[in-house]
Amino acid sequence: MPDLADLYQQVIIEHNRSPRNYRVLPDANRTAEGDNPLCGDRLTLYLKVNGDTIEDVGFQGRGCAISQASASLMTAAVQGKRVAEAQALFDAVHAMLTGSGTPDPGRLGKLAALAGVRQFPARVKCASLSWHTLRAALEGRAARVTTDDPRT
Amino acid sequence: MTRALDVARIRADFPLLRRLENGKRLVYLDSAATSQKPECVIQAIVDYYRETNANVHRGAYTLAVRATEAYEAARAAVARFVNAWSPEGVVFTRGTTEAINLVAGSYGRANVSRGDTVVVTAMDHHSNLVPWQILCQERGATLRMVEITEDGRIDLSDFGAALERGPKIVAFPYVSNALGTVNPAAQLVKLAHAAGAVAVVDGAQSSPHLGVDLQALDCDFYALSGHKMLGPMGSGALVAKPELLDAMPPYHGGGEMIARVWDDHATYNKIPHKFEAGTPNVEGAVGLAAAIAYLEGIGMDRIAEHERALAAQALDRLSRLEGMVLYGPRDHRAGIVTFNYLDIHPHDLATVVDQEGVCIRAGHHCAQPLLRRLNAAATARASFYLYNDSDDIDALVGALEKAAAIFGNVTA
Repeated sequence: MPDLADLYQQVIIEHNRSPRNYRVLPDANRTAEGDNPLCGDRLTLYLKVNGDTIEDVGFQGRGCAISQASASLMTAAVQGKRVAEAQALFDAVHAMLTGSGTPDPGRLGKLAALAGVRQFPARVKCASLSWHTLRAALEGRAARVTTDDPRT
Repeated sequence: MTRALDVARIRADFPLLRRLENGKRLVYLDSAATSQKPECVIQAIVDYYRETNANVHRGAYTLAVRATEAYEAARAAVARFVNAWSPEGVVFTRGTTEAINLVAGSYGRANVSRGDTVVVTAMDHHSNLVPWQILCQERGATLRMVEITEDGRIDLSDFGAALERGPKIVAFPYVSNALGTVNPAAQLVKLAHAAGAVAVVDGAQSSPHLGVDLQALDCDFYALSGHKMLGPMGSGALVAKPELLDAMPPYHGGGEMIARVWDDHATYNKIPHKFEAGTPNVEGAVGLAAAIAYLEGIGMDRIAEHERALAAQALDRLSRLEGMVLYGPRDHRAGIVTFNYLDIHPHDLATVVDQEGVCIRAGHHCAQPLLRRLNAAATARASFYLYNDSDDIDALVGALEKAAAIFGNVTA
């Protein structure tokens, strides 16, 4: 039986209550919108990318605790990272959420708190929305990311 | 005063409700999405395939005659259940959605032209909204959405204003799936007729829960879904005034709906067969008839009273929880209770209470325009049926308190 305590870890509850980087970046040069029409989760992600470095990151959105905490954790994890590192994090988180690979706990750090989501298949899209939005922003895709998109 | 339901005995008729979910007694509070099925319905479907299966209205052999009789007996059962004008006015469909699409696609296309108006309400779910959007876009007609009041009823003054446009069609739900509001359907039909419109009533949420008398209601079209009233998925009906159906062009073309077919044209069968192209869902019709027999055996008045009492009790219990926001009217409501609790997102709520074996719906309930008016991206919904009782409300309240503990009881 899946365990609620694995899903709603203290880190998740806390990031949902006080999301990090919850702001519009006026000087953002990459933005993307994420939308899960099925449950109404949505967020706008702002990145300031200088060369190959993510100098600043912010987001605003609304949705369930998993979606908001995941977005908050994501922004904290990619702040100051190189684009290639952020993309590698996307791959690692995606593997963790879908069980399609072996996650590397050393690389994931606090993001490991999202591991419990895997036991709740109905909630995986909540956790992955912000990450797909990150990838779209990094790739400069202007279109809105939705969880109904086959690419996600 | 109606006799109270023996819920323990009713529950024993539903195999799925005897199961454990996440190690707990299954507390099923999502009947507005789909109902569970009693053993007699499951058995009727099994028996049909074991004893009666053949294609209907075609074979000359005894088995085919028996299958046809079972199918037509199911039609008569639906007609009796909602006091339809005649069995010929009952067209079997896949459910409410297909029934409304049929009205929009056949009656609508034949009668709505450029500049005409179709009226819907802000509490219609997508199946009684999107078919009318498509029709109006195709015909160059105007879709006029009637507003709701703050406590979740159809705004009668706005309804009156919409009727001043002289609409061709007025569509509304008998019972709102997202708010539980029971609309004054007979009054709305009368007003629509006075304005020269036909009235289309979405009966998805009324058919399972209220005694419906279509001849008294006097609407022109009525749609119902079998799966919400103990019947199989993929069963349902459009119930209409026969003279309207008779004058309507066909919806789908194919076998069964024809009389004679030439190389380049065909003549059509009489109603209701004109609207039942192809091999029908006989299993679904037979299962639906078994569901109707089960409901009639208990009595729709008793079921309606039981659900009204449960909804009142649930509203009372939930309103005592600090941080509870309840939507919809206090009275005139069916067994549907929609809410938000603390600042916990409905999906988080649904996940937490699921671990206690409690199934509730979270989301927009296929009524996005309504949710926008409630200023809520999503809500949680508990809906009751004849197999629910106050133990289920206790379980819901207990599970919500658990959610409050997990989320630190924070208020926004």
